[in-house]
Amino acid sequence: MPALRVRALEKRYGRTPALAGVDVDVGEGELFGLLGPNGAGKSTLVKIACGLVRPTRGSAEICGARAGSPPARRSLGYLAELFRFPGWASADEVLELHQRLAGSSGGTAERAELLELVGLAYARDVRVEAMSKGMQQRLGIAQALVGFPPLLLLDEPTSALDPAGRRTVRTLLEELRGRGISVLLNSHLLSEVELVCDRVAILRDGRVVAAGVPDELARPRGVEIETDDGVVRLDGGREEAARAVAELVAAGRKVYRVDVRRSTLEEVYLDAVGE
Amino acid sequence: MNAVVVIAGYGLREALRRRVFAVVVVLTIGFLFLYWLGTHYLFDHLGEVTPPPGEIDSRTLVGATVLGLGMFATLFLGVVLAIFLTLGVVRGDAESGLLQPLVVRPVGRGTVLVARLAGAASVCVPYVVLVYGAAVVITRVNGDWTPDRIVTPGLELTFGVVIVAALSLLGSVFLTTTANGIAVFMLFGAGLVAGLLGQIGDALNSHTLERIATVTAWVVPFEALYQDALHGITVNTSGFTRVALSLGPFGGAHVGGPYLGLWAAAYLALAVGLAILAFTKTDL
Repeated sequence: MPALRVRALEKRYGRTPALAGVDVDVGEGELFGLLGPNGAGKSTLVKIACGLVRPTRGSAEICGARAGSPPARRSLGYLAELFRFPGWASADEVLELHQRLAGSSGGTAERAELLELVGLAYARDVRVEAMSKGMQQRLGIAQALVGFPPLLLLDEPTSALDPAGRRTVRTLLEELRGRGISVLLNSHLLSEVELVCDRVAILRDGRVVAAGVPDELARPRGVEIETDDGVVRLDGGREEAARAVAELVAAGRKVYRVDVRRSTLEEVYLDAVGE
Repeated sequence: MNAVVVIAGYGLREALRRRVFAVVVVLTIGFLFLYWLGTHYLFDHLGEVTPPPGEIDSRTLVGATVLGLGMFATLFLGVVLAIFLTLGVVRGDAESGLLQPLVVRPVGRGTVLVARLAGAASVCVPYVVLVYGAAVVITRVNGDWTPDRIVTPGLELTFGVVIVAALSLLGSVFLTTTANGIAVFMLFGAGLVAGLLGQIGDALNSHTLERIATVTAWVVPFEALYQDALHGITVNTSGFTRVALSLGPFGGAHVGGPYLGLWAAAYLALAVGLAILAFTKTDL
């Protein structure tokens, strides 16, 4: 059973369509990246999955339960793109509040583990109002992980983090994958998605315009061969590179460098969203 | 039940941080001091009250009028507290990002609203009882006057404040914090104005004004409860004293009748039910 199963999902805000028939599956222990320009419908999809927004048509299920139902909400952790925790609460108090609401029996040990996971072990008693934006975001991730639900929905979880913080989150996501926790990661940071995600989907105007494993989405973008007679450029991939090198050597040319170029996720993304 | 307690506590601590209680405590101390001062001098100069003693019971006239004023102030302060505790529960907290992490938990949106109302009521009810009780004690100590009924008017005031809290909660589903605050205060003000109109209508024997006041009081039953509470403090008073009281702004011309409590309870349930229904259908 997929952790998240979305079928023919549609959402309209008045006359404006936000999602126009989206199908997405996130498997158990899978890191799934959701990409797309602003207004593509990414946040709406995540909000429907966690029950904050009602779909106009179609369905979304969390571990087999209808999105928004109590069993579905018990099975997920969510970090909103824009969120705020009460400034008077310490990191430990925020987590305790969410433990009680989520029905987690993890107690102090779980809270300590969560703070350790997000690199905030030292800030257990620090009040939210005294935290930097990055610390609050890491606390947000820890809050989403309360009770270690089978599915984590993260909406731009690294937008306020510095490079070291992003690396902490990447390591954390890989660890979660190891624990069998599924993650739907909504991010603008393509390099990050490319580094950690098993599969990605690119949304545009409320539709999935590309989906798959990042490597599979990448296409050959030609071959560049540096010889003693200058640089030769040709279309094709590895096979074309091998044939061209053989022909050049047979023709007496010296080959110094061969570069088989493949599109990056960024190029795939820009092609898919038409920019 | 655990979730209700957790969320109610959370809401109260958030209010504490916003200094709502500090503002109300300062206002209350100021009011009770002025009330003590006012009653002290009013009863001290009882002989100078017109019309002169003999024709009416001036102690009752002064006591009921000044306690009526105290009840108005109690209601007003309780309403301020209730509104500030509830005006941003849905839209306000959603816009600031406080609500979403709570709502995605498996507690249910209805539970969130009921918990926030329970949290507000757990502060407002003791507060109104305390301030009203203090006003009664001060009146007794300074003027040797006790209202005909003590408990029922106090309960009606607290009920009125809880109804305003429920209306504010309902408004918070549709309106931003500022707009909701303005709307609920205007509604409260409109209810009071209608009550005064009814009082004037009663004094002038204008049935139209009285009917307007009656309809309004039932549309916003906190006003009907307040009027009934005012009536209750002099329920056994009659004759010229009754007439003199009805000419003033705190005469309690409107009598709620036996169905007021039932209607107020149904109204409260309706407001909370509508708030839950609307909140359930709201995209966050």
